[in-house]
Amino acid sequence: MSRQTRTLADRQAKPVTRLVLGLATWIVVLIFFFPVLWMALTGLKTEPDADTSTPHFIFKPTFAEYASVWKGAGGLNSLPSYLEHSVVITVLSTLVVLLLALPAAYALSIRPVTKWRDVLFFFISTKMLPIVGAIIPLYVIARDLHVLDHQRLLVVLYTGMNLPIAVWMLRSFLLEVPPAVIEAARVDGAGVLRQMRSVILPIISPGVAATALICFIFAWNEFFLAVNLTTVNGATVPIYLVGFVQPEGPFLAHLSAAATVACLPVLLAGWAAQDKLVRGLSMGAVK
Amino acid sequence: MVNVIDSAPPVPKAPAKRAGQPGAGPWIRRVPLVPALVFMFVVTQIPFVLTLWYSFQKYNLNFPTAPRDFPTFYNYRQIFGDHVFRIAALNTVILTAVPVICAVVFGVGIALLLNRYVFGRGFLRTLIISPFLVMPTAAALVWKFTILDTTFGILNFFLRPIGLGSENWIGQHSQITIIAFLTWMWTPFMVLLALAGLQSQGEDLLEAARVDGAGSWSIFRSLTLPQLRPYIELGVLLGSIYIVQAFDGIYIITAGGPSTDTTNLPYYIYEVAFQAYDIGRASAMAVIVVIATILIATGALRAVSSLFSTEGMQGR
Repeated sequence: MSRQTRTLADRQAKPVTRLVLGLATWIVVLIFFFPVLWMALTGLKTEPDADTSTPHFIFKPTFAEYASVWKGAGGLNSLPSYLEHSVVITVLSTLVVLLLALPAAYALSIRPVTKWRDVLFFFISTKMLPIVGAIIPLYVIARDLHVLDHQRLLVVLYTGMNLPIAVWMLRSFLLEVPPAVIEAARVDGAGVLRQMRSVILPIISPGVAATALICFIFAWNEFFLAVNLTTVNGATVPIYLVGFVQPEGPFLAHLSAAATVACLPVLLAGWAAQDKLVRGLSMGAVK
Repeated sequence: MVNVIDSAPPVPKAPAKRAGQPGAGPWIRRVPLVPALVFMFVVTQIPFVLTLWYSFQKYNLNFPTAPRDFPTFYNYRQIFGDHVFRIAALNTVILTAVPVICAVVFGVGIALLLNRYVFGRGFLRTLIISPFLVMPTAAALVWKFTILDTTFGILNFFLRPIGLGSENWIGQHSQITIIAFLTWMWTPFMVLLALAGLQSQGEDLLEAARVDGAGSWSIFRSLTLPQLRPYIELGVLLGSIYIVQAFDGIYIITAGGPSTDTTNLPYYIYEVAFQAYDIGRASAMAVIVVIATILIATGALRAVSSLFSTEGMQGR
């Protein structure tokens, strides 16, 4: 991805211009990154260091607040149980998404059904309709089925939320499998399942991993469905964080530590998958 | 470096050739699709139909036994006389359009900077995508309490030297606050798209133009911008789809306020449904939002259909 060659434009530019533009790039990027950095730094402070009108840039870092967040102190429900819900819900829904999306993407690319175009647009059209159009019946149905505040409710809904993205994304990877390879396997007598398992899957496994990461990111960060359909037992990390909206006493260091822990899994996943990120976010349209 | 938009796949030609495969009848082909299609149908289409159904009822969870008077246009008549609904609709337009435009401008600008040779380019690229990855709920809390707060916020500390040190951002500039937050969150997305567009640009063409004596601005206007156009269109389309539903930031930073200044339609429907428990009225509003979205999305999709069509991208 990173093209580190100097283009002609770079070479022609005066050293001063290059320096100014380079500095500008760093400054702009650091401004955008600053809130994330500030969050992680404030989490390393003690409350007296954090709750000041003149910010303390020099301070003695301590992991005390991270530890207390982890242990569940601070007068709020403990973070670990919410983390556990989030992990269970995101992992399960991502697995279900892959199980449903892989065969569907196959039937839309390698051996396409006749109306593959209509099917693709049906999938993407579900992403364009606002979620508020569905939340009310979802709430009523969940209440009547007694699954409000159950983890499996969010598993199902997050699967629905991510399935169209996964189908589009996996399809774009399947289209890159050379038809000759599949043809060769077929000629050798491999059935469809065997072609899938021993020929196609190994080729597209980076794509499957990237798709899983994208689904994980969206499910982990989701808030609207979680806040309306869960309270305690099925509640995810964003719902834990909402508890900070009405704070009691000094809390900035504690809040920042909790927020950092909440963001870390997705930050790491996103940084790791950054080359595939644009493809996932554009649902496979941009490679 | 494979930053080419999905161009004509071998699919359309494939069926004729592969139809002769043993066991490749049309029904067998459809089987793998069935679970995903059924699932999506149940999870997305049935709720929408129910929303429509509820919208014609007097249905309030506070009065579960009250007669529902189906069918009634009571909810729709109420909405058309509701000035808050009009404010929320206008806010939705403002709080979507302005962040999308700002994010595109910043995104293209940063992508142009990052597309040059700059020390630590890969590192900077990793940093710039972070605002998009962080949990919106967490980011909103951090913005609200550690950055924008009148007393403890670091923004006012930075602004003190220029005499703006005691601004109440959330209380007095709530729309600007939400716009800034959404722009911050969505700029990385536009950076990634614009970078993909820039890297698909042929270096030879640029060099030729430069050798011919074209200036930076005219190269940008007549070569780079046309090249970026489909990527920007895609960014605007996808950005709008997501930002129009913005909820997390508004819920946490302003709670739609002060008064109704930052109440967009998703937040207003949330209030009516889950604080007033007026299921009928909230459903009617949701129906109006869905119809408006379909109208706008159809228009927008037609305008940029080549982005999602699987052919025709190459011709651009």
